[in-house]
Amino acid sequence: MKQFLRSRAAGISLAALGLLMMGIGIFRGEMTVVFTKAINICLECIGIG
Amino acid sequence: MDKKKNKNKKLNEWPRHRVQILWALLTNSYLIGFARGKIYTGKLKNLCLPGINCYSCPGALGSCPVGALQAVIGSWNFKFTFYVAGFLMFVGALMGRFVCGFLCPFGLIQDLLYKIPVPKKIKTFRGDRLLRRLKYVFLLVFVILLPLFLVDILGQGAPYFCKLICPVGTLEGSVPLVLLNQSMRNAVGWLYAWKNVLLIALIILSVILYRPFCKYICPLGAIYSAFNSVAIFRYQVNPEKCTHCGACAKVCKMQVNPEKQINSPECIRCGQCKKICPTGAITSKLHTPSASHGAHDNSEAPLPQQPRTPENDS
Repeated sequence: MKQFLRSRAAGISLAALGLLMMGIGIFRGEMTVVFTKAINICLECIGIG
Repeated sequence: MDKKKNKNKKLNEWPRHRVQILWALLTNSYLIGFARGKIYTGKLKNLCLPGINCYSCPGALGSCPVGALQAVIGSWNFKFTFYVAGFLMFVGALMGRFVCGFLCPFGLIQDLLYKIPVPKKIKTFRGDRLLRRLKYVFLLVFVILLPLFLVDILGQGAPYFCKLICPVGTLEGSVPLVLLNQSMRNAVGWLYAWKNVLLIALIILSVILYRPFCKYICPLGAIYSAFNSVAIFRYQVNPEKCTHCGACAKVCKMQVNPEKQINSPECIRCGQCKKICPTGAITSKLHTPSASHGAHDNSEAPLPQQPRTPENDS
C-alpha cells in the first residue's frame, strides 16, 4: 500500500477517480446548484445576509 | 557582497509572483463587474477555480470550490457533492498544494503583504505546529458539518465558513460590492463589521507572519495538503546528493524541513528549497533525470564537500 502511494500511479488513479466523480456529480445535477449559487450575489458570503 | 547578491538573485520570487498575478488577472477578468458593481453570470461559473476565489467577486469568472462545496452539501436535495469533491480530488492528485503557491489569488496577496518591510518578522512561535491543525477544524466544522446539519425548515444549510470567517469573500466580494452598490451599503450590519475586523487583523498579521491564512485557516489548503504526498507533481530529495547542510529548511517560509519530509502537507511548492539547494538534491518528480541536472545550475553556489557532522562542524 505504501509502495503504491509513493508511485505515480496513485496520483493518476486519484485524478481519474476525481474525474469520474465529477462526471457523476454533473449527471446528478450538482453543477446547476453550483451555477445558481455562483451567478447570484451570495449575501452570506460577503457578510450581509 | 557578490555572494549575497547571487543568493538573492537565485531566490528571486518574482517569476512565481508573475504566474500568480497572471492567473489572478485571468480568473478575475470580468472588468465590467467592477465598473457596474455586479457579478459575472455566464456559463463559466459552472466550473470551479482551483484556488480560493470568492464567486461574489465582481471580476470572478469561475466558482470558489469552498463556496461550491458548502452550496451543494447545504442544498435540500444533495448531502454529498461528487462534483466538487471530484474536482478537488482531481486537482489535488495532479498538483497538491502547488495551487496554494501558484494559483491562489489570496496567496498572492499574502505573499505581497509579507514583502512590506517591518522591524521584525515572526518566523515561528510556540504553538505554531498546533495552530496549523486549526485549518482542518475549520474544514470539518464550518465547511462540512454546519452546512450539513445546521439547516433551516427546508433542510438548507448556509455556507458558514463564507458567512462567518472567510476574509477572501470580504476582500474580493463584499468590499468592492459595498463600495459600488448603494443598496448593499444600506444593508450592511454587524456581520459585515465582524468580517472586516477579521480581514484587517489578517492583513496586519500577513505583514509580520508568512501566509497566516494558508497556515491556520484555509480549508482548501487543508484538503490539498492531504494530496501533497501522492500528487503527480511532487518533490523528491536525492539522498546521494544531499549534504544535510540545512539550507532548504532555513529558507522555507512554511517551516518545512524538506530533508525530513519533502512532501509535507505544509509545503506550498514555492520552490525556494530547490533553488537554494547547493547540490541540486531537490527536484520535482515531473522532471526527467536529465532535465533535473539541467535545472540545477549550482556552479555559483559553494558546494559543501562533506556531510555535516559534529566533527567537521567544529
